[in-house]
Amino acid sequence: MKSSASPQADAVETQDERIQKVSFWKRALSRPEFGALAGTVLVLAFFLVAASGTGMFTPAGIVNFLEVAAQLGIIATAAALLMIGGEFDLSIGSMIGLAGILIAIPAVEYGWPLWAAILLAFACAGLVGWINGNLVNKTGLPSFIVTLGFLFILRGLAIGVSRLLTGRTQIGGVHDHIPGDWFASLFSGEVATGLFAWMAEQGWIATNFAGNPVVTGIPVSIVWWLGLTAVATWVLLCTPYGNWIFASGGDANAARNSGVPVHRVKISLFMFTAFSATIFACLQVMDTGSADTIRGLLKELEAIIAVVIGGALLTGGYGSAIGAALGALIFGLVQMGIFYTGVNTDWFQVFLGVMLLVAVLFNNFMRKKAMEAK
Amino acid sequence: MSERTPMIEMRSVSKHFGSVIALSDISMQVYSGEVMCLLGDNGAGKSTLIKTLSGVHQPTHGEMLLGGEPARFKSPAYALDAGIATVFQDLAMIPLMSITRNFFMGREPTVGWGPFKRIDWKLADRIAKQEMAKIGIDVRDPSQPVGTLSGGERQCVAIARAVYFGAKVLILDEPTSALGVKQASVVLRYIAKARADGLAVIFITHNVHHAYPVADAFTLLKRGGSLGTFRKENISREEVLNMMAGGAELESLDAELAEFQRSDSEKNADTEETATASKTRLAAGQ
Repeated sequence: MKSSASPQADAVETQDERIQKVSFWKRALSRPEFGALAGTVLVLAFFLVAASGTGMFTPAGIVNFLEVAAQLGIIATAAALLMIGGEFDLSIGSMIGLAGILIAIPAVEYGWPLWAAILLAFACAGLVGWINGNLVNKTGLPSFIVTLGFLFILRGLAIGVSRLLTGRTQIGGVHDHIPGDWFASLFSGEVATGLFAWMAEQGWIATNFAGNPVVTGIPVSIVWWLGLTAVATWVLLCTPYGNWIFASGGDANAARNSGVPVHRVKISLFMFTAFSATIFACLQVMDTGSADTIRGLLKELEAIIAVVIGGALLTGGYGSAIGAALGALIFGLVQMGIFYTGVNTDWFQVFLGVMLLVAVLFNNFMRKKAMEAK
Repeated sequence: MSERTPMIEMRSVSKHFGSVIALSDISMQVYSGEVMCLLGDNGAGKSTLIKTLSGVHQPTHGEMLLGGEPARFKSPAYALDAGIATVFQDLAMIPLMSITRNFFMGREPTVGWGPFKRIDWKLADRIAKQEMAKIGIDVRDPSQPVGTLSGGERQCVAIARAVYFGAKVLILDEPTSALGVKQASVVLRYIAKARADGLAVIFITHNVHHAYPVADAFTLLKRGGSLGTFRKENISREEVLNMMAGGAELESLDAELAEFQRSDSEKNADTEETATASKTRLAAGQ
């Protein structure tokens, strides 16, 4: 050590030298998202070989699996914050279905402007999150049970309200209302279309028979996903509120005794998961032009899988938003990869379950490692 | 001494949980620069008392005075703001969070403005390291999880945190009970230092060898009531031990007492009532 150190390094205090001894690898290993990063690299490498020449890694293919990852990633980000805060939300999937109905029915059936319908959906989502949070706080019941109740309540409400008001469980025709609505346009279409057109002109990406690029831009869902992940990561790592999330999930009592407003933190996290479900619903409704009461089925479990693959502990107090994003990316890669490689898609679920178990075992092992004196 | 204003005072404080009277008519004064040792068996009301002091519970009757002013705390956050810091036995630290995150939990130093307000990690890390160094614990890396520290070091982080944030009253709930001899002495030395810094310290312990050297006064609780406060100069180590072993119920506990005193004079045990003779024989027969 001494012989290789430069004169400048010798001049630094001796204490700093001891920190240097904690190797880069050990540091990387102690990050919650390390497992997910390793998993992403593995899965990516696998499909780069297995799916080479199938079009999975052409611009169109990349946009495809990123879009799958983005949709899941949006709710996984919120689920990650909530899980780090020590709670679950099993009502995310049902909230997606309900929010879609709340957007489509007022807009299509009652002629509301789309922005007002979207705001209504967000307001209802906020209320649902607020009720979830308060029930968990006031009763002390596990959020698993409380939100399991809401899984059924919200799904039932979506179907019931939809059939009561329209006689149907599917509402189409939302597309006609999007043009000219600036708020709705936040959830629809693509960005950087000019850039992609320019790249096509340069011959960097393929064009179709009409001379238009096959990929016309980055779907707005991917922008939402990356944006939410960035904001959530910043909040977790750099803000007092982030510290409160870790503290609330790590030990709610200790946090409360130190002056952390644990109840407020948990309510806001439940509201955020409900909001994320509404964002998901907005993107889906704007994309497909329709709402369906069964949308979002099992999404709450997929979100939890992505979060756990991303290194979060089910018991709370540990995890990362970047990990959840990587978990969602693995999800997208595998789902589309299986499609492109021509493997029977039935195997997707097997892979998902195995992935989840491996991730949990790996996380447990890493947590023990992190607790050992360095 | 009694003319000084107590740093914290309880006047006839009672706390009821439904039909259960957890505390009844407790009066106690603690002065700055003093260590008050709170003694009592399990269920005596020690925990309720300190939770009332630290704002977790609100007293049903009676009042609390902080520096001579009436004080009422709606939550631990209010008590903290008023300068009452409590270090709970096992609820002080979150093992998976870093030393710095634990140290500043709930009171993070920030830079920037509005939505861009963020934790000043450089400052926070430096202060955490500094404060730990002050109490003789050399933290290599303040971003390492608290779980990597020993039990005594964890207690010290909690105490250092309370002192750093300007606590006037420091409440310690059995800080040494789970610690080895060496680790306990680290904590005790730090308690003595906090007292020297002018803090009013309320110290709860079951271990007289920990309590006696640092305490200035002892308050004995029993079944929710106070059996009185004793100054250290008026009470011997053995009397404190007796109080801890059961106080006024001493007569009915003399078998245990015989055990304690056996090494001093085994004759004492022989003159006890016949009801305890069998136990005494057992003890003598070892």
